[in-house]
Amino acid sequence: MYVVLTVSWVIFSGSTGYISLAPAAFFGVGIYSSALFGNELPLGIVIGIGGIASACLALLVGALTLRLKGIYFAIFTFGLVMLIAHLLLFWEINITGTRGRFVVLVDYNTIYYVMLAIMVVTLLTSFLIRRSKFGSALQSIGENEEAAVHIGINVTMFKVIAFAISAVFTGAVGAIMATRWTYIDPFIAFNPLYSFMPVLMAIFGGMGRLYGPVIGAAIFSYLEEFLITKFPYYYMLIFGIILLVAILYLPDGLVGLVQKLRRRITGGKYANTGR
Amino acid sequence: MLEVKNLSTFYGKIQALWDVSFSIKESEIMALVGANGAGKTTLLNTISGLLRPTSGSISFLGKRIDGLSPHTIVEMGVSHIPEGRKLFADMSVRENLEMGAYANRAWKNKGETLEQVYRLFPALKERESQLARTLSGGEQQMLAMGRGLMSRPKLCIIDEPSNGLAPKLVLEVFQIIKSLRDQGITILLVEQNVRHTLETADCACILENGRLALEGTCSALLEMEHVKKAYLGL
Repeated sequence: MYVVLTVSWVIFSGSTGYISLAPAAFFGVGIYSSALFGNELPLGIVIGIGGIASACLALLVGALTLRLKGIYFAIFTFGLVMLIAHLLLFWEINITGTRGRFVVLVDYNTIYYVMLAIMVVTLLTSFLIRRSKFGSALQSIGENEEAAVHIGINVTMFKVIAFAISAVFTGAVGAIMATRWTYIDPFIAFNPLYSFMPVLMAIFGGMGRLYGPVIGAAIFSYLEEFLITKFPYYYMLIFGIILLVAILYLPDGLVGLVQKLRRRITGGKYANTGR
Repeated sequence: MLEVKNLSTFYGKIQALWDVSFSIKESEIMALVGANGAGKTTLLNTISGLLRPTSGSISFLGKRIDGLSPHTIVEMGVSHIPEGRKLFADMSVRENLEMGAYANRAWKNKGETLEQVYRLFPALKERESQLARTLSGGEQQMLAMGRGLMSRPKLCIIDEPSNGLAPKLVLEVFQIIKSLRDQGITILLVEQNVRHTLETADCACILENGRLALEGTCSALLEMEHVKKAYLGL
């Protein structure tokens, strides 16, 4: 699950340099589509709805806010998560008269294979974008947005589209994850943790290569499980310390470390010219 | 080729351009000179679509382009080489150039254009795989110009190419601009270096406080008392 969240986050934020804290919003939209339609519609369509609803939200929010730069964009997207959570809570309490909802159960095997399929599609999309003209355009926006405008890139449109693509996968994952949890409420669905984790995992893994976020997410998820079972009371503390060390000593993430080692082996002659 | 009529542009609440009109003929170098804050860059940004004029019109090859978005204007054949280079610092020289050909019109023939640009700037060919940030100031300016040419422009807008360059390199830059005109590219050149500019260009406009003060052929302008006093220090 975290692999998809992280890789899809990197599709947008890794290249353009806009730090988005919106994944939790898209994730939550996915979860709620599952809760709303899970009873009536087949699973495939529910996941589709989750993805598309998230993408629509991303298009709307993107068109409104992608003019914001740097930290302002990050804060706005974070605010969005809270806003939706509270609005939904208000709606549930005052209009529907409930707090949470039950989600139809799906057996674990199905969840596993659906998740695997979403992951493969996400990786494939990310890979194709990286190699495409569209991907280089996103990269150039991240490098120097003003220059990207000058060479004739429709900056606003590209940013919004990339934002929407990353939201599709996040929403789809939300829709399938909901079936595992059986009960949800606005604060379970729109948990800000799902905004922060992808960012941390991407930084931990390194964003320079496709495998960076994948490794980062995989190691992080295992680490989390491991620490929870071994040190149930201190796991967050240990987690935090590992993260701090990683950010201080591995500015380019694990990918950076791997490349540094490789360079040392092949000889340090070109150490500063490549990436 | 380019016609600007009664153009006024605001920066927020401040009016930066007042009723500016001029036109550029095909295959000539038009220079735009003026002191700091005279509105030169504002005028260029308005032409390339980064700013919207509040009144007046701009037409390129007979079509109105004011109000169009920057990428559409690039697609039509206007390339704006910005002041201060604005390179993609962490991309290689080659990647920078290839990105310059982003417009659909130029993307197909980017290999061929790349060859032409390398012929014009052999230094870039040598540094092909180096990151843009590691280039010297002069090479960075070459790269900025090369990238601008990659879109195969009909009109090339060059803002302050000599900024921060050694005198010898400045001469080289002016030579290259001349050779571009001889290849049939129309050029709108903004410069602080008035003497060199007036000697290189065919016609010139002089902006003062956002208004067009003088317009004419360079040889005529060089003779005028006002120009001599205010811009050449004679």
